[in-house]
Amino acid sequence: MCNVCGCGTGETRLEGEALDHEHEHEHVHADGTVHRHAHHHADEHAHGHAPYQWVPAAVHGHAHRHADGSVHSHDHAHEGEHIHDHGDGSVHYGHGPAGAHAPGMSQAQMVKIEQNILAKNDGYAERNRSWLADRGILALNLVSSPGSGKTTLLVRTIEELKSKVPVAVVEGDQQTSFDAERIRATGAPALQINTGKGCHLDAHMVGRALEKLTPPEDSVLLVENVGNLVCPAAFDLGEAAKVVVLSVTEGEDKPLKYPDMFAAARLMLVNKIDLLPYLSFDVHKAIDFARRVNPRLEVIQVSATTGAGFADWLGWIDARLGEACAGRQQTVEQLRARIAELEARLAAKG
Amino acid sequence: MHEMSLAEGIRQIVEDAGRSQGFHKVKTVVLEIGQLSSVEPDSLRFCFDVVMRDSIAAGAALQIDSVPGSGWCMQCAETVPVAALYDPCPKCGSYQVQATGGTEMRVKELEIE
Repeated sequence: MCNVCGCGTGETRLEGEALDHEHEHEHVHADGTVHRHAHHHADEHAHGHAPYQWVPAAVHGHAHRHADGSVHSHDHAHEGEHIHDHGDGSVHYGHGPAGAHAPGMSQAQMVKIEQNILAKNDGYAERNRSWLADRGILALNLVSSPGSGKTTLLVRTIEELKSKVPVAVVEGDQQTSFDAERIRATGAPALQINTGKGCHLDAHMVGRALEKLTPPEDSVLLVENVGNLVCPAAFDLGEAAKVVVLSVTEGEDKPLKYPDMFAAARLMLVNKIDLLPYLSFDVHKAIDFARRVNPRLEVIQVSATTGAGFADWLGWIDARLGEACAGRQQTVEQLRARIAELEARLAAKG
Repeated sequence: MHEMSLAEGIRQIVEDAGRSQGFHKVKTVVLEIGQLSSVEPDSLRFCFDVVMRDSIAAGAALQIDSVPGSGWCMQCAETVPVAALYDPCPKCGSYQVQATGGTEMRVKELEIE
């Protein structure tokens, strides 16, 4: 059943044929305006529109939405009352601010919103993403529980990358700038964001950090999110990929206990593998659990202490950087083609 | 969990809609929350009441419409219902299932006064 107008989907038939839940028609108002709209009901829509003497106390335009979501606007005159009497005694629903009506509810009180709760964050994230893409910057969002070794991993990653490509870091923590100081010791620029009571970075925070940090073109931006395996999963920062770090000192069942993060990530780094001889952690089981949640998840085993697996990890970053640069190159070529086209048009006019 | 941030997102959407469409009191907020989204409805209810205070939706009822989860099973090559991200395909038992539906978190509509 349609939850807006209450009519049964697929039950409506017109000339023996099933309607795909709507049909369109056109009708003329008493004031001469014409509008077309689609609606659900096959037979309950007697638009009489008998001539009606409007007293044009005020003429104004308004738009209204029908139960099926179609919108039309028209001018009409009326005396302050906002119910459409079509002159045949029928009252036209769906003309209130809501533009929709639902069974059992007094009319004109439902307002359609249909908006993602995180729409605002997603908007900022898209802005960050295009800002980064324009500059060929590869942004990775590193997420994990507290204590998985993210900062140590970052420090080593920067040490190994910095001779090849500029690296900048955004550090997220509830309090202190300890992590940013550790990063700065490597010589890489780092900006600390303290979220205070907040449990995650959001795209607006990162956008502001980008303005301050101004990472160079064709570089790598590493975002170390707040140590939290839950909340950062839902917040897009505009990154190319989320990288989830799971250390072998944690439980191998974490991907099942906290599935959202593993579902959102593109790559999982299994960290601290140098400690495996001292632990009962089953790496294959952990990877299997993570891939139950996200079958496409890529996995690299590393140790930020010994450097094991780093060749693969750096290779993965290099491949992503190649993608970012190729994307930028494409944008540049498109812009060049556009300039050439505009210059040709200008030359033709001159 | 980040339900507090989500509740703040809802408040913003509601206040923006009130400003642009000219209403001042919201009686019910209707959300659409996917079964596979990272939202805990009970927690969101709690945060909702707190966050909506002094807004046009103060004291408003919260209606949460649940959207069932679904995923693409790579083995069966079809869309199958799943209740959790780590659930196997109900047909073939494979874990090669990528979530495709039921991940939404949306403000669907508002009942206003």
